[in-house]
Amino acid sequence: MATKLKPVDIAIVGLGWAGGIVAKELAATGLKIVAFERGGPRATNPDFMAPQVHDELRYWRRHELIQNLRKETLTFRNDPSQLALPMRQLGSFLPGEGVGGAGTHWSGLHWRWTEWEHKMYSGTVAKHGKGIIPADMNLQDWPIDYHELETYYDKFEKVCGTSGKAGNLQGKKIDGGNIFEAPRASEFPNPPLTQSHGMVLFEKAARNLGYHPFPVPASNASRAYVNPDGVALGQCHYCGFCTAYGCEANAKASPHFTVIPLAQKNPNFEARTNSYVMKVNLDSRGKRAVSVTYLDAGGREFEQPADLVVLAAYVFGNVHLMLHSKIGKPYDYQRNTGVVGRNYAYQSMGGVAALFPKGTYLNPFMGAGALGTWIDDFNSDNPDFTKLGFIGGGGISTGNNGGAPISRRATAPGAPRWGAGWKKAVVETYHRFASVGNQGSVMSYRQNYLDLDPTYTDSFGRPMLRLTFDWQENEFKQMEYARGICGTIAKEMGAEQVLSRRERGRYSIVPYQTTHNTGGTVFGDDPRTSALNKYLQSWDVSNVFVVGSSAFPQNAGRNPTGPVGALAYRLADTLKERYLQRPERLVDV
Amino acid sequence: MAEDDQATPNLVNRRALLRLVGASAATGVLPPGGAAAENAAHGMHGSDAKPAAPADEAVPVYEFLNGDEAAFIEAAVDTFIPADEVGPGALELGVATFIDRQLNSGYGRGDRMYLQGPFIEGTPEQGYQLRMTPSELIRNGILDVNAYVRAKYKSTFDGLSNDDRVAVLTQLERVEIQLPTVPTPYFFYLLLDLTMQGYFADPLYGGNKGKAAWKMIGFPGIGAMYADKIEAYRNKQYMSEPMSIQDLL
Repeated sequence: MATKLKPVDIAIVGLGWAGGIVAKELAATGLKIVAFERGGPRATNPDFMAPQVHDELRYWRRHELIQNLRKETLTFRNDPSQLALPMRQLGSFLPGEGVGGAGTHWSGLHWRWTEWEHKMYSGTVAKHGKGIIPADMNLQDWPIDYHELETYYDKFEKVCGTSGKAGNLQGKKIDGGNIFEAPRASEFPNPPLTQSHGMVLFEKAARNLGYHPFPVPASNASRAYVNPDGVALGQCHYCGFCTAYGCEANAKASPHFTVIPLAQKNPNFEARTNSYVMKVNLDSRGKRAVSVTYLDAGGREFEQPADLVVLAAYVFGNVHLMLHSKIGKPYDYQRNTGVVGRNYAYQSMGGVAALFPKGTYLNPFMGAGALGTWIDDFNSDNPDFTKLGFIGGGGISTGNNGGAPISRRATAPGAPRWGAGWKKAVVETYHRFASVGNQGSVMSYRQNYLDLDPTYTDSFGRPMLRLTFDWQENEFKQMEYARGICGTIAKEMGAEQVLSRRERGRYSIVPYQTTHNTGGTVFGDDPRTSALNKYLQSWDVSNVFVVGSSAFPQNAGRNPTGPVGALAYRLADTLKERYLQRPERLVDV
Repeated sequence: MAEDDQATPNLVNRRALLRLVGASAATGVLPPGGAAAENAAHGMHGSDAKPAAPADEAVPVYEFLNGDEAAFIEAAVDTFIPADEVGPGALELGVATFIDRQLNSGYGRGDRMYLQGPFIEGTPEQGYQLRMTPSELIRNGILDVNAYVRAKYKSTFDGLSNDDRVAVLTQLERVEIQLPTVPTPYFFYLLLDLTMQGYFADPLYGGNKGKAAWKMIGFPGIGAMYADKIEAYRNKQYMSEPMSIQDLL
């Protein structure tokens, strides 16, 4: 029997970037706020101290900072005709656990999405007509455009100390920056990171081919920096232990040392860690959230009443809590009705591997998570969809992200996987192998979705979330097109051999690909195709708001953290300026 | 002795025997060091490789593996990554010790895996669906492979000549052997992956002794700060004495 606690004003579920930003911004209101985090507390000291944090086995292979599947996982199948089976080991994606969430172990690629990436449906129809959209593709717009988010994008970059170079400053195109980006009001807070040898080769090659290379916007600080909240970031060491690791230098922006400690300065805010939220409880009519039920580390059950509930977990957590709590109509694939679980999407990580001539030293161990040079010439709506036969695009890049050799031990094609021949091959390849990657957009489809599994339960006895996903023809075409471009660039860079990285096959949950999952609690203007209104408020239960990439109607060819942070800042303003003034439905149905 | 072993598998506690060999190593009768002692004891390849361990280091004591399992793992890692002029072998770098400790750890016991049923065979895209933890998978796989080897060669795996070990591992890799308990690819790739992990992980975990695998590949360790080097060393070889976690504590 749950112990019922004293009511609070706001319950926040999840303490990564989304929950941390909302917590920090709302804590100043003086309202009583409790944020629930399923994992433990995390601080740079003692959790991310060097040298211990530079441990590839512990962080990259044993997933120290990642969700514990013994407690909770999901089931997976490629299509609705199959029986979904549990993801018993981590693979394809790595949701975070612990204070800071995936924000502690991200790479730091910090994008603003383009104008088209917020308006994929209307932007595509305006240029190419409705006929280009496949029948099973649920292409839809964000209910807000880029310009409504610009100040929030700007704010989030400044909090993170993002290193980069503007390519479109108030409409003025600037060579060396991303000329395809949407207009920004101000320059990045820090200059770009220093390029590696491979990035210099990429930049030259891309220019030779007529493309427009630029430094990836990196929330790895290129110099010591104090953000507008007064939080100090250290200079990036280029240590090469970044993606999957915490940063001992506080150079990689993370909520655990930026927004969350600021929230914690307020006595009215409490971070309740090792607290696993099971469910949002509704009133008898199912129209209003009254509390959340959670388990503490000892498995004791508590009920925390709250006037307002903000779901800010990872994509799967948000969708799972909505479905399990019966908030919003579950998506029904058979009938193509309902909204919660609809429009799940992912991202493709393709491109080529490039082997440079012997004697080339790429020094892969000198790196940072977001250290890369990129082109957007084939991303967003820059490709001619009508001519190419697909909708979407991909960012093409190379970078130096780390050289720890449990993971980085590629060999040339045909080399043995073990034995003396393997050893010779791995030594010969280590310094001269790089990837020229394509990070491809993924559209949403009727047959790719999330719902509750009928068979499997998590360790708490709840039905698991069921993921049904496969690559579709539109995405294969994008991947294949981009792979050709990647190959051309690799050759122009001087690669001796160019190796194709992926065959055309079904999506597999086994190998790591990317932790850029999107959708399932999409926001929109139409309650028939969205779970949330434009203010990220549940259409059905007006004191529940949901923030994170679960709100994205489809995925772009770039990382999601920038818009996640921007949406969280916007949500905080929505709550402060609108909802908390008049706690009711902010958009009429 | 090797021939005796092949003829009468499992009649001798091989680990006890090796401990005796190790004890005599301490007196200087045989070349010192676990790996070198084992090589000398079995007249295996690589006996001319320099001992990687200091002279006073004892034969490894295993936490998890029994004698037969330890002998199997030592032979397997030695076959996966043999010592040669390119670089050190997995056995001399402590990879068998690494695997033993990993199998005995939370990882080996599956403490972060979902291990509730029903257990149903899925598609390759759905991934691992066995009820076995990594430790159980390795343990059962060793029994399976040894049973196969005993039937075909009248020996345990570790008693085979190097050529025969290579042949068995190659057959496993190509799934030309169907193991009865453990799906062959799961066993083979877990064993290979653990070997690579132990070879390249921080020496903290018992493998990669002396950071020798890092030196071989040209990875300058984990203590590095490259803000002032990434530009200066563009397309230039950079190597320093690699630092491990324990070196920097």
